[in-house]
Amino acid sequence: MAVKRMIEAIREALDEEMARDPRVIVLGEDVGVKGGVFVATRGLIEKYGPDRVIDTPLSESGIVGVAIGAAMNGLRPVAEIQFADFIHPAMDQIINEAARIRYRSNGAWGCPVVVRAPYGAGIRGGLYHSQSVESFFAHVPGLKVVIPSTPADAKGLLKSAIRDEDPVIFLEPKRGYRAIQGEVPDGDWVVPIGPARIAREGDRLTAVAYGMMLHLALQAAEQVAGEGIEVEVIDLRTLAPLDRSTILASVRKTGRLLVVHEDNRTLGMGAEVAALVAEEALYDLDAPVRRVTMPDLPATPFAAVLEDAVLPDTQRIAQAMRDLARE
Amino acid sequence: MLRTAKEATASKSVDVALEAIGAERLLAMYRIMVLSRALDERMWIVQRQGKVPFVITAQGQEAAQVGAAMALRPGHDVVLPYYRDMTLMLALGMTPRELMLNVFSRAEDPNSGGRQMPAHFSLPRLRVLTGSSPVGTQIPHAAGAALASRLRGEDSVTFCSFGEGATSTGDFHEGVNFAAVLQLPVIFFCQNNRYAISVPQRRQMAVESVAARAAAYGIEGVSVDGQDPVAVYQVVSQAVERARAGAGPTLIEAVTYRYVPHTSDDDDRVYRSRDEVDQSRRRDPIPLLRDRLVEAGLWDDAREQALREEVARIVDDATAYAEQAPPPDPATVARHLFAEPAAES
Ligand SMILES: Cc1ncc(C[n+]2csc(CCOP(=O)(O)OP(=O)(O)O)c2C)c(N)n1
Repeated sequence: MAVKRMIEAIREALDEEMARDPRVIVLGEDVGVKGGVFVATRGLIEKYGPDRVIDTPLSESGIVGVAIGAAMNGLRPVAEIQFADFIHPAMDQIINEAARIRYRSNGAWGCPVVVRAPYGAGIRGGLYHSQSVESFFAHVPGLKVVIPSTPADAKGLLKSAIRDEDPVIFLEPKRGYRAIQGEVPDGDWVVPIGPARIAREGDRLTAVAYGMMLHLALQAAEQVAGEGIEVEVIDLRTLAPLDRSTILASVRKTGRLLVVHEDNRTLGMGAEVAALVAEEALYDLDAPVRRVTMPDLPATPFAAVLEDAVLPDTQRIAQAMRDLARE
Repeated sequence: MLRTAKEATASKSVDVALEAIGAERLLAMYRIMVLSRALDERMWIVQRQGKVPFVITAQGQEAAQVGAAMALRPGHDVVLPYYRDMTLMLALGMTPRELMLNVFSRAEDPNSGGRQMPAHFSLPRLRVLTGSSPVGTQIPHAAGAALASRLRGEDSVTFCSFGEGATSTGDFHEGVNFAAVLQLPVIFFCQNNRYAISVPQRRQMAVESVAARAAAYGIEGVSVDGQDPVAVYQVVSQAVERARAGAGPTLIEAVTYRYVPHTSDDDDRVYRSRDEVDQSRRRDPIPLLRDRLVEAGLWDDAREQALREEVARIVDDATAYAEQAPPPDPATVARHLFAEPAAES
């Protein structure tokens, strides 16, 4: 086992899958010679050539549409959208095409594409390099939505996504590309899509998070642990399909639920997790559900003071944990 | 006896047609066009009878579609049709029963098992990729399918069909540009029937011909008379050759006309005169081709009569078969959202 950065784990997954399966191709803007703006694909064009590592025209709908056609015709395309903020032109291709191909053909055709995109705030990226887009996709039946929070998961889940028979939206917390390091098991390390992970055990309250916020939630949990509040932290890993049983089992144990995400509040994942718990475990709750999220704003503004004013941080999460534990 | 100039041209074109595709294929084209028209008319009847909720069909565009289909290798070349491509599908090998099962939304409908509106074609055995309703989205898929074929070293081409309205979408631009930049083996086949529902071509584009759009992508653009199946066959065949030789995509415009409303929900009297429709029916591709066959000595009244009887039997059989076929089972409504475990590799 070696310690790796998240971006390295992602590159390894792409490299190993391309070596393992000649049907795997990578396409997107600047993914070839430059290796992508975050260098996730660096070195791949030298190894696998320009036929499999394709610098595309600047056209998001085209990138995803081409990936879909290639997938129906036998390839395993991994499409990179340079930033999640620019995925919107491809929404029609993702929602009306990729997500519906198996259903609309009554099972005759499948669409094994992966759409990778760096997402999230905290890098001073302003309105158009900071967005969280996961809820748009988690709302759509026929899509799997995956967000890793550790290098091991990034590698293992990306491998699963590439091997999956169906479309996977793979969102990478770009603030963690270099900031998050961790051990990645050697060999063909694969993490199944679906199951959430208990990132920290505790009995006083359940905190559900994913992506970069998982790390802030863990830091906050360490802070309040010193005050005698043991928080169980769940890393969702797969947002769709949601691992309901892991969430419910934890909430039944702790009786308290906090959801943390940097996506907007309204109709975010927190709303879904809260609804799930309200439907299935209301009488196990000892306190109302809480959410720490971005306020409903277009995205984090550029100026540092403005971004810091709205993006959830460890202090705010820790305070919410204390408040919830006391209720 | 002296021949008029017009006749001379006509007989020359028969000769050219015969030389280009041979009597057998010319006759097959005619048969498919007549069968398609009869099925099409029956579809409107069952819709008007209230037996099915909706139809969208091909009347007027049969020659363009059969000409294109005959230039392809069914089951070998990849095809992305649009909702008006019933004749194309018949010519490639979808059966009349399958087409009627589709219109009746039966469980056995191979296109979608009753999940999609009629005419959203899909058939793996013919490499017909599933399509949707949003206009133009199949155009980048075609580029992707061609990319896959080329990467695997197949010599198949990808054929993608759409109306002139679709050429105004972003996906048309993105898909054609992608195929052009990567020199992919694709034939972009636009059936310009001069209306996108009610919107005429002049409100769709500021160029005279869809084929003119090709110049913007640095690819070959060809405009052809879509009422002449032989001319279409020749143009598509050349595009197939070019694609297979690695010379990249071609944009073809087949100029045609639709004789019926956009769909069974449309009233075309609102946006085009009866006079205009009647005028265009003078170039109905079915009698045009019949005249050529007669002139070439390949056709006569007896053969016409026999064909009409055969077609009526086929249409009756397909309709009866589909009408009696069971509807989809509501218990299956949640299936195929994702691959079923047994199917996973
Ligand atoms: C993106 C999108 N917008 C609108 C529609 C509704 N619509 C269906 S067909 C059509 C006209 C298409 O015209 P054209 O591409 O010329 O094909 P035609 O029907 O004339 O054969 C429209 C506007 C649609 N299906 N998809």
